[in-house]
Amino acid sequence: MDKRRWYASIPGYRLIKSTHGLQRIMLLTGLTIMALFVLVALTADWIAPYGFRQMRYQGERFPTQAPPSADHPMGTTAGGYDVMSRVIYGAQTALTVVVLAVIASVVLGVSLGVVSGYLGGWLDRILVLLTDALYAFPSLLMAIIVSIVVSGGSSGRIGGTVAAALSITVIFIPQYFRVVRNATLSAKAEPYVDAARVAGAKSGRIMFGHVLPNVSQTIPVLTTLNASESILTLAALGFLGFGIEPTSAAEWGYDLNKAATSDVANGIWWTGVYPGLAIVLVVTGVTLIGESLNDVLNPLLRTRGGTTTADEEDLVQVVMAEVGDRRAPLERDDAALVTPSRGLPQFDDYLADRAPPADEPAPGGGQGRAKGRGRWARAADGKRAADGDSAASAGNGSQPGAEEEPGGIGSGETEK
Amino acid sequence: MTETVLRADNLTVSFQTDGAPVRAAKRVSFQVARGEVLAIVGESGSGKTVSARAMVSLLPRTARVEGSARLDATELIGLGGEAMRAVRGDRIAMVFQEPSTALDPVRTVGWQISEALRAHRRMSKAEALKRAVELMDMVGIPDPEHRVHSYPHQLSGGQKQRVMIAMAISCDPEVIIADEPTTALDVTVQAQILDLLRDMRDKLGTAIILITHNMGVVADLADRVAVMFRGELVEQGNAEDVFKRPTHPYTKHLLASVPYLGRERPAAMDTAAPAIEPQPVVRVEDLSVFFPGRIGSPPTHALDGVSLELLRHEILALVGESGSGKTTLGRCVVGLLEPTDGVLDVLGEDPSLIAPAELRDLRRRLGFVFQDPASSLNPRMSVGACIAEPMRVHGEGTKASRLDRVHELLQAVELPPEYAARYPHELSGGQRQRVSLARALVLEPEVLVADEPTSALDVSVQAKVLEVFVRLQHQMGFSCLFITHDLSVVDMLADRIAVMKSGRLVELGTREQVLRNPREQYTKELLAAVPLPDPEAQRRRREWRQRTILAAGAADQSDVG
Amino acid sequence: MAKKQRTSRVALLRYLGLRLVLLIPTVWILVTVVFFFMRVIGDPITAAQGGRLSPEQLEERKEAAGFNRPVWVQYIEYLGNILRGDFGVSIKDQRPITNVLVVNGAATVELVFWALLVAFLVGIPLGRLAARYHDRLPDVSIRTFAVLFYAAPVFFVGLLLKLLFAAKLNWLPSSGRASSETEIALGKLSHRTHFYIVDALQTGNSEYIIDVLRHAVLPAITLGLLTAGVFIRLIRINLLETVRADYVTAARARGVPERKVVSKHAFRNALIPVVTVMGMQIALMLGGAILTETTFEWSGIGYQLSQYLVARDFVAVQGIVTAIALIIALASFVIDVINALVDPRVRY
Repeated sequence: MDKRRWYASIPGYRLIKSTHGLQRIMLLTGLTIMALFVLVALTADWIAPYGFRQMRYQGERFPTQAPPSADHPMGTTAGGYDVMSRVIYGAQTALTVVVLAVIASVVLGVSLGVVSGYLGGWLDRILVLLTDALYAFPSLLMAIIVSIVVSGGSSGRIGGTVAAALSITVIFIPQYFRVVRNATLSAKAEPYVDAARVAGAKSGRIMFGHVLPNVSQTIPVLTTLNASESILTLAALGFLGFGIEPTSAAEWGYDLNKAATSDVANGIWWTGVYPGLAIVLVVTGVTLIGESLNDVLNPLLRTRGGTTTADEEDLVQVVMAEVGDRRAPLERDDAALVTPSRGLPQFDDYLADRAPPADEPAPGGGQGRAKGRGRWARAADGKRAADGDSAASAGNGSQPGAEEEPGGIGSGETEK
Repeated sequence: MTETVLRADNLTVSFQTDGAPVRAAKRVSFQVARGEVLAIVGESGSGKTVSARAMVSLLPRTARVEGSARLDATELIGLGGEAMRAVRGDRIAMVFQEPSTALDPVRTVGWQISEALRAHRRMSKAEALKRAVELMDMVGIPDPEHRVHSYPHQLSGGQKQRVMIAMAISCDPEVIIADEPTTALDVTVQAQILDLLRDMRDKLGTAIILITHNMGVVADLADRVAVMFRGELVEQGNAEDVFKRPTHPYTKHLLASVPYLGRERPAAMDTAAPAIEPQPVVRVEDLSVFFPGRIGSPPTHALDGVSLELLRHEILALVGESGSGKTTLGRCVVGLLEPTDGVLDVLGEDPSLIAPAELRDLRRRLGFVFQDPASSLNPRMSVGACIAEPMRVHGEGTKASRLDRVHELLQAVELPPEYAARYPHELSGGQRQRVSLARALVLEPEVLVADEPTSALDVSVQAKVLEVFVRLQHQMGFSCLFITHDLSVVDMLADRIAVMKSGRLVELGTREQVLRNPREQYTKELLAAVPLPDPEAQRRRREWRQRTILAAGAADQSDVG
Repeated sequence: MAKKQRTSRVALLRYLGLRLVLLIPTVWILVTVVFFFMRVIGDPITAAQGGRLSPEQLEERKEAAGFNRPVWVQYIEYLGNILRGDFGVSIKDQRPITNVLVVNGAATVELVFWALLVAFLVGIPLGRLAARYHDRLPDVSIRTFAVLFYAAPVFFVGLLLKLLFAAKLNWLPSSGRASSETEIALGKLSHRTHFYIVDALQTGNSEYIIDVLRHAVLPAITLGLLTAGVFIRLIRINLLETVRADYVTAARARGVPERKVVSKHAFRNALIPVVTVMGMQIALMLGGAILTETTFEWSGIGYQLSQYLVARDFVAVQGIVTAIALIIALASFVIDVINALVDPRVRY
């Protein structure tokens, strides 16, 4: 058991081990692309043939709109930039923005979500209303407006990067907030939280000691989905001309805009295709990771593997001693094999009596009765990520607070 | 018994996993005759559901089935596609455990019954609907002309299960497989559904394969019993024989573990109990809890003017069915819920009124055991950390002394001390519940509230947990509010019993008085509905119930709804 | 029976009434956020014409447009105007925003309609197929497709399509909603709807109809594929979940044919969350529409909006964005209605 191999300690190893077949191929492909992307971004200064705004080499101007050649493997643009260098430096810009945006939105969204979900009350109601309204709004439009607010449109390297990251952060906070808040609501209804309360633990301890670790499983999936979305948003901002100035940093979306408006009609493909492919490749990589994470972390969709349930060792021993059979205990929950989602027998009374405290606006989602998983919950992630599944399904939707029944009290089980 | 309709021979089911295939059922053989009820009994993981489902190929793709199962002359194993479809519903029908998930939520029940009919009979939609009304009438759903247009969520749990049965008998099948048909239902509803199944068997002569873990249900309905243990069928025979003269050690063990209403408590529990002092530690007076309804509908009365006292060193059982308010009361006592109205006095304080710091001090003196040990232990904390948490949040002891205490308690609940380092999911249900108990007792509370602590457990495990529980109560002398729906469990350990219904207290008295000599009609009904794990006794009891209780109950039937 | 139906209708109406009431705070928050965001940038006159006019002229203009009054007065006025259906007049070309909404809005609706058609035709069958062959080759290839649809920015897909079908093969036009002859012909119509396909049908001239359709193909595929990717993933995942539901097993157990089990039980239940997400797709599609329209110079509301954004005409931007907010709120209400009709549990 303890004879672990050295690579077992590499982060993600257990994750890869828990996948199989095609799923593992997807995950590995995604991880490879990501590694490549990060590597290119970090080593851009060394591997790029020229600078991203370099227009002449040894005193000689680059040709404009030149097709791929030995000097310029991906050709040059109408402005006389080297396409390959801009593609490589674009990775740097994308990585910076994604990292900034994801960190900022995770920190803000998650802490707001946990606090709001756990404490409830007016703060929660206002935040829910606000984030729901923002969530319904086209995210790209919101990003454009925020980027104009922050930087007045387009600007230099640091200003532009921060503005882009910030505008992406603003559109992601509602997503994290919703998911984490809903997960918190359902975690709050879990008996282990009640158990901590009965033990006398303080709110802070419960929130960050009990709720957060259990909520946090939803975050990786959301983060990968958002990382890919932030690359797309960054590119879209650049494409529409609200990104970073071409002389401050290389940005794929901006280059595509230049290509799409003038070059394409003349059949000049290299200025658009390469930065476009770069976007597709990176987003595909991140999405593949997200998808496989999703499958792995969402046990509903997992093809049942070798998870043996704990044995009732005492019983087996008692009986086996008498039978005179000492085979290794082996027992599987057949009900679980047949219907993977079913847990222990549910007693209506337990659920019926487990109504939330009266001051709670939207009864938390954990225990699914007929409509346990609110439709908004499954739909919640549908904007771009669009898998109404694990990340989003972690709890009930927040908006329809008024339409949820309080934990199933009304459905009294008396026979008429 | 007459001709055999269904016989399984050497049925083996294995599941393909990443590792070696897992065999869930091993060479299982049984048969069932026309008009006969065969009960397949076993605890979770025994393979009973898997073997039954294998016969109608309702297993996941990863399952592989070997052996033979013949329905008259038809071999079912290996039957695929259209041929199998023709068998399902028409010749072999199924009733599922959870009627609320087994009915499609977006279709009316009439539509679903018609669908079952039209899958096998050439009939128009109108004809099928008409037949659905008749069928619903037959299974005892009142007002079937209207109910046929209801959606599942508009019916109660018992009615939904009746719809499932109506669907099962719609094509007059030769065999009905009923998979835990009453597990999700209250005990009084369970009795009615069992009556209905018996009635259908008598009227239609259908063979029934009843899959259950409840020995009372088996005793009530079964003609023959097959006992499964770890994928193997270990014993098979007439119900009387199996109950009276079990041969396999597992059957013996199982029968010995089943709590039996009206029997003396097992010897293991007969240690000296601390004397009860007539001094209340918990006192509630006119306690009410209302939950606001949806906009436009009245609030729900979860608890409606309940008064009772819990005395020092006493075990008071709160008994009732779904929605009776027993859990609500328990949660009020430990301060998890705020009462809307009334007096609440727990060790001299009202947990809903005092400041957070005082509440924490009060909670030191309280313990709570939850129903489901799987979810009440934080999955991300080790067993030791779980047990030590109350001490840690109250700043009690040092790391070393806390660990000593954890080991001490693990020993008290009869678990090896090494378990402190394990995680909850590595333990079995019964072990987890004992950990849960250890956590509740770590600070030596004066009052313990136990909310259905054994309902999620298998019978043989339940016995062990109850034994530990009673022994610890005798040793430590805590007062206990024991919340349960299971009257047989109550009989094993309660000093006094409070019967609750729809948020009100129906009857309160000593165990002897409430169980042997109930005063209220509802208590009588409740008691009569509990099936005894002994076919003969249960038959007498059933007849008596039909004669007296139901006849008397018919007078105020309106009260039951 | 009549009584039963009536009570259920009352319940439905009450539910919808409640949703309608809950819509008010959402709309209010959205328009408020829009207003204050726009004010943070500064006053619209300075933003639009800062460099071109002298400070005195700017003051004069501001005075005339009322931008030097306290913000809350402007805010109240803004809310009042919205209630009256007045979204302001653009600074750049003095167009009433309501006119922009009607003329360019029609173009966007037309684009979204074609795109949804593509998305349905591609997304639903592929989603069902993927679910049916879960974790096998068709599933994996379809999912890979879906990931690629999602990963490719609309403007890149548009660019590739333009390169291939317009520049290289010369089969389809690369931009615009119609060729200039068609535009002229449609302009002569007395009852112009601004939905080009409707207008072209009005002329009855097959040449115009074909021309309009040819222009719609590439934009529709571009935006449609993006949405189809979303549909595929959604339908797949929800079908997979419902296929495992107890009631599906129960339907199988009573001998319902497999085809019907999927179409009558699994698919319908899987559609419930899909419907909801489609409502949210409107927000996504509007985002996608801005990009698609810019790529194909399709003079829809998104294209117009980005023009105003570039020109820093924030009066126009504010008006259009406010209108979009209203449309989204309305769409979410429509989704609630559909949901209540599909899912009996919602309406109780």
